[in-house]
Amino acid sequence: MLYFSKLRIVFITIFSLLFVLIASSNLFKFDDSFFDKKINLGLDLQGGSYLLLEIDNEPVIEQKLQNLTTTIRNFFKDKDIRINNIKIDKQNIFFNVSEENKQQVIEIFEDENSEINPYYPRFKSHQLEIEDTGLNLKINFSRQGLINLKTSSQDQAIEIVRRRVDEVGTNEPNILKRGNNRILVELPGLDDPMRVKSLLGKTANLTFRFVTQNEDDRFGVEKLEFEDGTEEAVVSKRIIISGENLLDAQPKMDTQNNQTIVSFTLDRVGAKRFGKATSTGIGKQLAIVLDGKIISAPVVRDTIASGNGQISGGFTFQSATDLALLLRSGALPAPLEIIEERTVGPDLGQDSINAGMIALSIGFLLVIIFMFVKYRFFGLITNVTLIINLFILLGVLTLFEATLTLPGIAGIILTVGMAVDANVLIFERIKEELKDETNNILAFDGGYTKSRTAIIDANITTLLAAVILFFMGSGPVKGFAVTLGVGIFTTLFSVYFIARLFTSLYVTKNKNSGKLI
Amino acid sequence: MIAFNKYYNHFNILSGALIIISLLLLIFKGLNFGIDFKGGTLIELRSNDTKINVSSLRDKFSQMNLGDVSVKKFGSDNDFLIKFENKDNKKNIIEEIKVNLDKSFGNSYDFRRVENVGPKVSAELLKSGVIAISLSLAIMLIYIWVRFEWQFSLGAILALFHDVIVTLGVFSLFSLEINLSIIAAVLTIVGYSMNDTVVIFDRVRENLRKYSDIKIFELTNISINETLSRTIITSATTLLALLAIYFFGGEILKGFSLAMILGVVFGTYSSIYIANTILVRLRVSQKTVLRKDDSK
Repeated sequence: MLYFSKLRIVFITIFSLLFVLIASSNLFKFDDSFFDKKINLGLDLQGGSYLLLEIDNEPVIEQKLQNLTTTIRNFFKDKDIRINNIKIDKQNIFFNVSEENKQQVIEIFEDENSEINPYYPRFKSHQLEIEDTGLNLKINFSRQGLINLKTSSQDQAIEIVRRRVDEVGTNEPNILKRGNNRILVELPGLDDPMRVKSLLGKTANLTFRFVTQNEDDRFGVEKLEFEDGTEEAVVSKRIIISGENLLDAQPKMDTQNNQTIVSFTLDRVGAKRFGKATSTGIGKQLAIVLDGKIISAPVVRDTIASGNGQISGGFTFQSATDLALLLRSGALPAPLEIIEERTVGPDLGQDSINAGMIALSIGFLLVIIFMFVKYRFFGLITNVTLIINLFILLGVLTLFEATLTLPGIAGIILTVGMAVDANVLIFERIKEELKDETNNILAFDGGYTKSRTAIIDANITTLLAAVILFFMGSGPVKGFAVTLGVGIFTTLFSVYFIARLFTSLYVTKNKNSGKLI
Repeated sequence: MIAFNKYYNHFNILSGALIIISLLLLIFKGLNFGIDFKGGTLIELRSNDTKINVSSLRDKFSQMNLGDVSVKKFGSDNDFLIKFENKDNKKNIIEEIKVNLDKSFGNSYDFRRVENVGPKVSAELLKSGVIAISLSLAIMLIYIWVRFEWQFSLGAILALFHDVIVTLGVFSLFSLEINLSIIAAVLTIVGYSMNDTVVIFDRVRENLRKYSDIKIFELTNISINETLSRTIITSATTLLALLAIYFFGGEILKGFSLAMILGVVFGTYSSIYIANTILVRLRVSQKTVLRKDDSK
């Protein structure tokens, strides 16, 4: 156990130096891109905001089922099958068909090449399930159908969220999927997430619809509130243009009356429809509806054929900017709810870094003094190894550009405390060996060999705990698992290669000078 | 040589009592779950105005209709920690509070940290915390089973249960807050306690093979003594590191490091007085370890 070949010594030296160098790249600036790596600071250390959003898919499912009722009706009409009493109840569609058609309808739904019910061969499942309840036929989304629906609304939502966050212009936001109905948004450096939160909280579903007095509009009507909550108006369900028709939207100052407005540009289809509606609807009120609330309902005075228009509604410059931003980025497929928020101010982050560094230095110092007092020369070996170990640990974290959190710093300090364990096990074993062995080399060799199983077992148990923590833990706690886990590997390396090398050099030189430890 | 084995019975009774007391505390008093596991809102506030103190803050917050509000000093004299349930999970609660506080305190204060955990997330976090701890216990059990014999596995796992339950018992007794970092601490305790037990067990096994004529009662005592200086040194260095975190690592790490300190103390104790006594009570002998060696 004490023999080292020249090649091995060279290898260990190079390896250690490499990681020390990588670790030091956190302090100095290297031009070479390989060394220009840094440990990322977690949001709890650099300050910033962590938002977990959940997509409310209920309205999407409702809407899909609503559309589906129309599709089903038309589809079977072409096949001369009458669909009666079609209705939606608790995410199910119910309808009646005559007894002789029943089997045919079920077969159409369960056919693998069904036109109305897509089949996913990969999952061996249809989008929809059909069931004969006896009273009527029941259709609902299959498990896989629901999963597909959720994933697709998540895909759309994450895109919109990204656009909105980018527009606010925070530095390096991190936007990730979580499960199939959640989105994680990390905003480093942002200490007041109020604006982002309010932007993400809006679906931004914009429609232009005529205000109507005529209660029996062909498309149906609904009573909507104005945004300031003062008035109500009856609005047709017929949509003239929607947010999808917008090409651009910008906040502007109306020079005539000094009001802040949002001006918008429509695409070709939108411009055509808008032109037609404004030419036939002169004198009528056109309601601009955002997320079910009327922003304003100006009276149409002229035909607007250019595809340019403006929205006024008592905006401040900020609210006009935000509305324009929302309109530009598009509507979310479904409302988002912020179900978890953690925000740390930058000064608290800095305080945490300082406290962590002080604790690390003091803990380190205490351990070093303790080991030196206890083991003298071998304590010194342990201490030098401990310092190199710390650098290698930082080097590995830097190399993988790991995220360091406050609990992560605690993990490093704990590693310092626990790293000496392996050396202590070895030294204590050597002491025992020396009780009835006078040959130093044999005693040291025996000490290393006999302590090995205990060291390996002991470290694997800690590693198992760290691995579980890594997979089960979240955010800052994950950072703890990383430093603790990586620390075990660097400790084993430094104990078995660096400390053993020092010990071996010392022992072979002084093999004849009595008990060495 | 210290006669640890003289007190096996005494300390078994003590541990039994500690476990029962802890379980009673956990059942009847329960744990003080933080917002991570209970849901709710937490605000860390720093003031630069002496007008702001615990009672004036409590006054202002109780006027805001937030339900149960707890206001505490946090570390220094001008840092405060405010927690409330936020039952309806109101959306713009933080903004509303800011507007309200501005009215009375102007801008002489600052929110340093805001955390808001919805009921769904807190339930999930609690569930995954419980799963993580159970899973780690199960994996340790299996690992020791593979590496040693089942008697050892049982001893180690009982020692682990003891450490986890008594540590949680202390948290319950003093109503210390249980949050995500405490779960991390408990898992680390599991690792550490196991680590300590394994080192002694390794020696017990070695001695079992070496000596056929020494009874397990004596043998465990010999093994504990042989590994004692290592046990003391490693606990000492680990405790030194943890004490440094506790006193200098800032308020946020206080609970975490306290849990770890308790865990290291209990873990060291239980390796000696629980894990080993189980071996004695299960009458482990040379046969127990040799049988496995033969089958290899």
